[in-house]
Amino acid sequence: MYGKKVKLRAIFILSIFFSLILIVFLVFKSLEENVVYFKSPTEIKNLTELTSKKIRVGGMVKEKSINVNQSEVNFVITDFKNELIVNYSGSVPNLFEEGKGVVAEGFLKDRNFLTAVKILAKHDENYMPPEVKEALKESN
Amino acid sequence: MLNQIGNYSLYIALLSSILIIIQSPTLLNQNNINVSGRIFSLISIQSLMIIISFIALIIAFIISDFSNEAVYTNSHTSKPLFYKITGTWGNHEGSLLLWLLVLSIFLLIFTITSKNLSNKYRILTLLFQEIIIAGFLLFILFTSNPFMSLFPIPNEGTGLNPILQDPALAIHPPILYLGYVGTSIIFSSSLAALISGSVNKTWAKHIKNWVLVSWIFLSIGILLGSIWAYYELGWGGFWFWDPVENVSLMPWFCLTALFHTILILEKREMFHSWAVILSITTFSLSMSGTFLVRSGILNSIHTFANDPSRGVFILCFLFILITLSIFIYFFYQNKIKNNFTKTYIVSKETAVLVNNLFMMFFLSVVLIGTVYPIFLEVVNNDKISVGPPFYHKLIVPFLIPFLIFMAIGPNLNWIKDKINKINLQQLLFFILSIIISFIFLKSVGISYLFSLPLFIASIFLFLITIKNFSVKKTNLSQKISHFGFSLFILSVLVNGVLAKEYSSNMKVGDERKFLNKTIKFESLKVYESKNYQSLEANFKISDKNNSINLKPEVRVYDQPQTITSEADIKSTLYSDNFLVFNILKNDGFYNVRYQIKPFMIWIWISIILISFGGILSIVKKNG
Repeated sequence: MYGKKVKLRAIFILSIFFSLILIVFLVFKSLEENVVYFKSPTEIKNLTELTSKKIRVGGMVKEKSINVNQSEVNFVITDFKNELIVNYSGSVPNLFEEGKGVVAEGFLKDRNFLTAVKILAKHDENYMPPEVKEALKESN
Repeated sequence: MLNQIGNYSLYIALLSSILIIIQSPTLLNQNNINVSGRIFSLISIQSLMIIISFIALIIAFIISDFSNEAVYTNSHTSKPLFYKITGTWGNHEGSLLLWLLVLSIFLLIFTITSKNLSNKYRILTLLFQEIIIAGFLLFILFTSNPFMSLFPIPNEGTGLNPILQDPALAIHPPILYLGYVGTSIIFSSSLAALISGSVNKTWAKHIKNWVLVSWIFLSIGILLGSIWAYYELGWGGFWFWDPVENVSLMPWFCLTALFHTILILEKREMFHSWAVILSITTFSLSMSGTFLVRSGILNSIHTFANDPSRGVFILCFLFILITLSIFIYFFYQNKIKNNFTKTYIVSKETAVLVNNLFMMFFLSVVLIGTVYPIFLEVVNNDKISVGPPFYHKLIVPFLIPFLIFMAIGPNLNWIKDKINKINLQQLLFFILSIIISFIFLKSVGISYLFSLPLFIASIFLFLITIKNFSVKKTNLSQKISHFGFSLFILSVLVNGVLAKEYSSNMKVGDERKFLNKTIKFESLKVYESKNYQSLEANFKISDKNNSINLKPEVRVYDQPQTITSEADIKSTLYSDNFLVFNILKNDGFYNVRYQIKPFMIWIWISIILISFGGILSIVKKNG
């Protein structure tokens, strides 16, 4: 049979191999679970089926759509083709304003309604999501 | 006038770069003092020219010379002087010039401090470094020149993004860049050592300082960025796993691994190839970090100035450098003298190897999380982001064995140690940490599956690192850094488990109950400052025994028109009270967010301790 040294080396290589497989498996499983897709309101309109997973919706905050009460902030995200109503309770970032770009993260109730858990805005005052830029170009 | 000075000095710097690159191959085999003297004067001229151009840019910003395009797009006459100066590197063009400045100054320092090393090694390092410098010069001159002239000259600039007008963020880029650019010296010198066949003790000893310097600056740079994000972004966290943050963390993992490897190389002449591979990787990660942040490829919450067309240049340059270094590695790798000495499994060498494996694992997780969205967008146009749970799920379980290894490893001997060294004393500490974590988790009422082993491991490490101060064998700087790290993990854990948050929309005079506290929105006043208008709110937070007042602000800048929130934070040794508010609409509601962040200050202190260990190690060796 093989010597002790060869056996030890074989065990070593095998254990590295298996732990690599395990790590790759873990990474991809975790990726699958924790990836958040980014969609525009139009893409959501065209969804064939609603996901129960968390998603991000990007667009502009529609003019005169922000509605505030004690615990909630409601507003409409638009890409100037389609709209999505967002219901949110929590804190909003500085650059959250009507007519500015916004990204809302949360869960879809139906194709017109999102319950957000987080609102993000870019630091840059001139920022506009690329999809919105394209939509604006098309409509002009 | 300033534009011309800047431009010409950059061209002269490029010329000296080319001269050095052309001359160096012929000088390789000569051992002539005059030769290195000539190279030295060329390098000095180059550094001088780059310093002149950088000063020219600073002056252009100070006197608001709007004939300069970079000044016009990033400055404004009403900006305070301090932010005029720091605005120099707050934009793409200026920040690249800063990169270049640090590159050339580091090279100058390298040339001066490496006089007693072999000629071949020095010239080769210079050669590689000059290739990088020439690449950056070309990049700056042809795609992002900070000295572009504008005509007709505008009367007023467009201003700097107010969120960047902040003291921590003003010094954050230079410090971070010192760390990034330091890795370029490590890269060049490791390739030079590989070719000249001198990857050995002497090289390890020499390069160790550079590894330490880059590591210290990188750590402090990351710290400053975190502190800024904590109080300026209003989210109340210090790390968001945002791609822009991740790209600074990746070289940090790599540098930490490299530093430990270099120690082994110096003491025991092992892991030669691994040290070279790590050096190449570290620099590649630093370069791609700059590239990813500046190119706009990353779908990040905080990307500032960006322009995708520029990215292509850095990408090509990076590609050439990496290919070059891989070729060099495979051609010269057999030159490494592998005087293999027998080492046993239970030894300090193994401990360092284990450290490296963990670092590489953490690095891969962060790398995959950062790059996967880019990959997916290219492949099937899906836009995704990878959230914090991804990182937590993958890093936290591996943190437990990592912390335990970190507690045991440093106390092992070189070459060979006995397993029963993991002795009664350590066992006692382990039992103690089980008891402490159990009592702690019970008292705060948390029974997560992961919390208990994680707390046990980190308290164990904490106790062991404290105990190690009484052992004379190892050096003090290592003890401080390792203690800092254990403190860091512990504070982050406590902070994560005990943090409380409340948000609501309030009008002036409103009162809300949260836990056992009352939050009262007492008043709101307006005042004018130099380049902004401020709304200062006054909140009173009271419980049975005492009350504190928090005064967050909302600032309305007019150039460019932007609103920023300034959180008010009251820090004590136990916890931070964090309050930030935001204008919602004109009907009187303000969005208020109140957070209690336990042990926040210890997170900052522990990172300072970690870096301080590094500083001490440099000072002690040279003093």
